[in-house]
Amino acid sequence: MSSVEATPAGIPTNVRKTALNAVHRQMGAKMVEFNGWDMPVEYPAAIGCGIINEHMAVRTGVGIFDVSHMGDIRVAGPQALAAVQHISMNDASRLAVGQAQYSALLYPEGTFVDDVIVHRLGEDEYLLVINAGTREKDFSWVRDNARQFDCAVENLSDDFTQIAIQGPKAVNLLQKLTDADLSVVKFYWVTRGALCGLKNILMGRTGYTAEDGFEIYIPSDEPTSARVWYEILAAGKEFGCVPCGLGARNTLRLEGALSLYGHEISDTINVWEAGLERFCKMEKPEFIGKEALEKAKAAGVKRSLVGLEMTERGIARDGYKVLDGSGREIGYVTSGSPAPFLKKNIALAYVPQEFAAVGAGAKVEIRGQGVGAVVVPTPFYKRPKKTS
Amino acid sequence: MAYPTDRKYTKEHEWIQVNGNSATIGITDYAQQSLGDIVFVETPKVGAELTAGKTFGTVESVKAVSDLFAPASGTVTEVNADLATSPEKVNTDAHGSWMLKLTLKNPGELDGLLSAADYEKFVAEEAGH
Repeated sequence: MSSVEATPAGIPTNVRKTALNAVHRQMGAKMVEFNGWDMPVEYPAAIGCGIINEHMAVRTGVGIFDVSHMGDIRVAGPQALAAVQHISMNDASRLAVGQAQYSALLYPEGTFVDDVIVHRLGEDEYLLVINAGTREKDFSWVRDNARQFDCAVENLSDDFTQIAIQGPKAVNLLQKLTDADLSVVKFYWVTRGALCGLKNILMGRTGYTAEDGFEIYIPSDEPTSARVWYEILAAGKEFGCVPCGLGARNTLRLEGALSLYGHEISDTINVWEAGLERFCKMEKPEFIGKEALEKAKAAGVKRSLVGLEMTERGIARDGYKVLDGSGREIGYVTSGSPAPFLKKNIALAYVPQEFAAVGAGAKVEIRGQGVGAVVVPTPFYKRPKKTS
Repeated sequence: MAYPTDRKYTKEHEWIQVNGNSATIGITDYAQQSLGDIVFVETPKVGAELTAGKTFGTVESVKAVSDLFAPASGTVTEVNADLATSPEKVNTDAHGSWMLKLTLKNPGELDGLLSAADYEKFVAEEAGH
């Protein structure tokens, strides 16, 4: 047996570590290199973990993730809004103080620098939360393109340990540890409050799991990070809280059909192809990428991102070819995996428009064989509505 | 983990248990642990020919795809159909969840494989302990 994804045996050199690295190793997590970071992929079966158990905990109870590898850029000053409007595709002028939105930074070609969550923290203060693998690129991009505006652009990426608390019980868990009233915090809003003895902690009702949940931003020193991590786990015991790694993070976001940079979105894929038009406000007077997107729309969108469900035995994986009924190559899988909650094998794939209709048949080439699949609506999983 | 001494092991993390001219093949506990939750096992059909050192099938976890390498050459006589529907049994009992049985072509090939003690030493090194 030989794995295509080797797990580094020791701590690899020249990779970066979050403040919780020692905690993950102490808990026996299987570590992998992810975008230059030494990160937990899953925790041991001996403590009730493993990708499937971690995934199910988030769907049915609560799980916590170290997402400190994510980057944070603060844009503040009199023209902060104008700067954010210029560099991102969603309409930040719609944000009230304390509100957040999913958006993206685009190249002039209408393709992706990265996707981001834009938080409006104050009257003239915005926090952009960005991907780990694109931290430096994003910061330079934002700094360079915000230069013409009267605002400061700061890279706060190393200032925070970011922990995601995700699942239907996340609100119950976090409420035990903070004096902020979380019941009044709506999805994609933020609040501040005391947390585990720390003052004025930012807590956003956001996440990347297609589930309710929060992301908290605490000081990035190791003792504080470790203490808060263990306090959250202890407080979550009654809700079946488990630590979760990047493995479950990926299967959870895939069930929710949430894009991952380098897979569904990249510098060669535009907004229309990625199906993210609801986050792209073409009525804004101007933003980087707008002109190219107008042209691309006029020219007609050639391919689009679809959800696939395998109808025959086999698992589609990232990069596998998509074939038509006659075996001709028509596209490729951007992300594919077993879906632990749905108990199906699912994938996201780019295919030409004429193959993109829900119900259309396709094949995925797995080890030289065309294996049956069908185009299904996305997201594959939608969380049940609840009020809390 | 104590590795059963009634069989031999490969550096690719398969085990092979010999009984006269026939043998049973599976993957080791170390292998299942490295893979994580196993969701798919694909083995050749009865009658297929295996060649020592060559791939004969695939095992997939949620996260990874891995090739299976034949510890010995021979003809497949039986496959564990149970694993097609319950691949997770490899996680719970790797040394009891055999994948296939074969008639050995050349039992002498087994001489180069690892004993339980040598395999344990090998995985301890690989795990970096």
